[in-house]
Amino acid sequence: MAMIEKLTRKDFMSDQEVRWCPGCGDYSILAAMQLLLADLGVERHNTVFISGIGCAARFPYYMNTYGMHSIHGRAPAIATGLAIARPDLDVWVIGGDGDMLSIGANHLLHALRRNINLVIVMFNNQIYGLTKGQYSPTSELGKITKSSPFGSADQPFNPISLALGAEATFVARTHDMDRSHMQYVLNRAHQHKGASFVEIYQNCNVFNDGAFESLTGKENRQDKLLMLRDKEPIRFGQDARYGIGLDQDGCLRIIDTDLEGTEKILTHNEYQADPSLAFALSRLGASETEPRPMGIFRDIEREDYGAAMTAQHEAAQKKNGHGDLNKLFRSQATWQV
Amino acid sequence: MTVASDKRRINLDALVIRFAGDSGDGMQVAGDRFTAGSAIFGNDIATFPNYPAEIRAPAGTLAGVSAFQVQIADHDIYTPGDSPMVLVAMNPAALKANIADLAVGGVLICNSDAFDKRNLEKAGYQSNPTEDGSLDNYKLYSVPITSLTLEACKDIGAKPRDAERSKNFFALGLITWLYDRPYQSTLDFIKLRYAKNPQVVEANTLAFNAGRHFGETTEAFESSFEILPSQLTPGEYTNLTGNMALSWGLIAASTKASLPLFLGSYPITPASDILHELSKHRNFNLVTFQAEDEIAAVGSALGASFGGAIGVTTTSGPGVDLKSETIGLAVSLELPLILVDVQRGGPSTGLPTKAEQSDLLHVLFGRHGEAPVAVVAAATPAHCFEAAIEAVRIALMYRTPVYLLSDGYLANGSEPFCIPDPEELPDISIEFATSPNKILSDGSEVFWPYLRDQDTLARPLARPGTRGLEHRIGGIEKADGTGNISYDPANHELMVRLRAAKIERIADSIPPLQVDDPDGASILVLGWGSTHGAILAAVNEVRKLGKKIARAHLVHLNPFPKNLSEILNRYETVLIPEMNTGQLAMVIRSTFLKDVVQLNKIQGIPFKVSEIKAALISLLDGGQL
Repeated sequence: MAMIEKLTRKDFMSDQEVRWCPGCGDYSILAAMQLLLADLGVERHNTVFISGIGCAARFPYYMNTYGMHSIHGRAPAIATGLAIARPDLDVWVIGGDGDMLSIGANHLLHALRRNINLVIVMFNNQIYGLTKGQYSPTSELGKITKSSPFGSADQPFNPISLALGAEATFVARTHDMDRSHMQYVLNRAHQHKGASFVEIYQNCNVFNDGAFESLTGKENRQDKLLMLRDKEPIRFGQDARYGIGLDQDGCLRIIDTDLEGTEKILTHNEYQADPSLAFALSRLGASETEPRPMGIFRDIEREDYGAAMTAQHEAAQKKNGHGDLNKLFRSQATWQV
Repeated sequence: MTVASDKRRINLDALVIRFAGDSGDGMQVAGDRFTAGSAIFGNDIATFPNYPAEIRAPAGTLAGVSAFQVQIADHDIYTPGDSPMVLVAMNPAALKANIADLAVGGVLICNSDAFDKRNLEKAGYQSNPTEDGSLDNYKLYSVPITSLTLEACKDIGAKPRDAERSKNFFALGLITWLYDRPYQSTLDFIKLRYAKNPQVVEANTLAFNAGRHFGETTEAFESSFEILPSQLTPGEYTNLTGNMALSWGLIAASTKASLPLFLGSYPITPASDILHELSKHRNFNLVTFQAEDEIAAVGSALGASFGGAIGVTTTSGPGVDLKSETIGLAVSLELPLILVDVQRGGPSTGLPTKAEQSDLLHVLFGRHGEAPVAVVAAATPAHCFEAAIEAVRIALMYRTPVYLLSDGYLANGSEPFCIPDPEELPDISIEFATSPNKILSDGSEVFWPYLRDQDTLARPLARPGTRGLEHRIGGIEKADGTGNISYDPANHELMVRLRAAKIERIADSIPPLQVDDPDGASILVLGWGSTHGAILAAVNEVRKLGKKIARAHLVHLNPFPKNLSEILNRYETVLIPEMNTGQLAMVIRSTFLKDVVQLNKIQGIPFKVSEIKAALISLLDGGQL
């Protein structure tokens, strides 16, 4: 057996100078990815990063793998064709919230529902960065930007709810301030067969600085972030004082264990076929009193599109034999002249 | 034209027949079966289905009329014929919509059951034309097709409403007898096609046979006609529509390139049949993917091309607009990509089921920035096969998007296809990069994705999965050679010129344009696309009058064959018939500073032979159009 040399982050760094603004959250995501792929020992030549347009979409240029920087919004569609044609490859899709939820939202939804074998990573900074600061489909209502001087009147998307509604089989959220959690989530997404959707809260320090500070800042995390863990009670806060339970009207509610104990706290199950609880969890954090869940909302098994296509191809070959032009040309009535 | 052989048998050399009825009357099936029967008999055939965009427009109205025209002949023919000699009209609306085309003296068969007051009113007739003498110029046969069909089916217990649906087979049976067509293949077809519903098989069979027997036993039809087999080039034939021929061409191209075929497509008339046909042949190395929209269709095809497959997308009309941005990316990435545009009437939704040649300028120029692509146009339904292989050859060899133009007339029209020997088809395989292609000054070996072949200017293609050749490509301008992002002004100009020069280089690999000019004419008819048949037939007719006409037909529209300039300058007058307002004419004038005479038709229906013939005669007589 050949010696396998341990890969390092350097193996995954391309020779291109990274051109994001200094201090951008994209740097930490890039580092997390390069370190993770080195740790996993993935084969660079079997790895492809496909992106659309936007700051995040420059990502493939910095990865020493195969890559394509395509056009605005279309990365999931292009990656779909690649993943179907080449089931042997590891295909990643990288984009921002404008790329994937505005101009390309349709492709994202369809890639998820079809369960194309892709890892789709959406950097959410709630702003348009490359075009210098307009509101995005995840910007909060009332957001003041260059294109919304009187406040945005657009109801934002909740990306996790959207992905679950689109029948995604793997849905997760992490953030750029926690490398080890990012790597855990990305690794799990990578292991999942089918379409994986990962939302990463990412700070744009130029046009939307501190958008997630109240959640992801070190001093705020304990109270504001709810770390989802499979088969564990859904708890958060100092000493895990609070938990999530179900109200009589079917809505989630916060349980203070000091008052009610722990028995009514729900247990998280990533592998639950029914998406109802995952969806309810995705709605948490809408108000300031609620925590924002991080981690894996859903990870279920469903045949991926490429596998279904391969099965059809094999069945057709079994039934009709390998494609033969002579047979094709005579597949309907012929006559001699 | 007619030679009597015996009292009841008359030989015809060609016959043009049109079946017309409501959209739901099964006229396309009747026409299709008549064609298939004739093709198997060895006649040359050319068909023209003409139907509304609405699936079922209100019954009995002019909007709902669907027609199928076929020409069958004992010799080579090039079009479905100008004017039908036989018209089958299943109701007054079908009569009204089609009677103007019927040749004077032609045979007119009307379903008299449908000529009631209500239907006559719906079609806008004040009185019954089959009774008021207005059709005296034709050989009119009023046949109660509906009631005879019901009568034929009465014993099998079918509801009258169901039995009535077999009336198209009664009409087909009658015509089959009248023109002495083989009938067994239609009986076999009925069994196979309706196998799931034995009662329908029985009803259609009874109706078909009743129609045949009606013709044979009714005094009304004094004689039947026969068309002898034609003298096509020896070989084995099958009847193909343009969409089928194009699909088979793509499969053949994939086989001859030893590469998988990936079709990304979104359903759209009249291109969808290519998606349907390719979907059937999953035992070949191909995948069909019905995308969520036109943009994803072309995007997925481009992604597959990046992976080393032959990425194809098929579309028409508005779909062509939607793909433009991705095609620009493919131009920048320099990846093979096949864009099939089955042209239809525009703008916007336009005429979805009708043919036009109005996308030529769009496919040549319809992208932002300077984004040249190769363009190949099919000339006849069967030629779609060859054109598809040629499009794939160019795309692979030059790593470029190629537009393959067809149109609604070619797509649905059919003709005999001479089955080729797969071994004789061209080998269009290419080599992919497997090792570094550049040594840097420090001695390291690297892969430069834009280090071009000096002959073709094509870049090397390294498929993902190839160890050591990892690289990134994108839509941002890139440095020639390395492919790295470059905003350098001089490099951008170089790349714009290189991309254009690469498309021009394709001309090195295409055959010179052939001119059909036996007599040394001074007038050249230059055509492209589906006008081929009408031009050829018109030129032949004019030559029969002893006049000189030259003819050439362009398959490659970008780049043009290298000898086109020389050919154009050889002729005093160049006539360009086009189903648009003069798009090739504009390109020829601007490219070669050669004035041309335009002949344009923008009615959603093909040129008649007589229209082109009249233009030629006018030009020959020194007149103007």
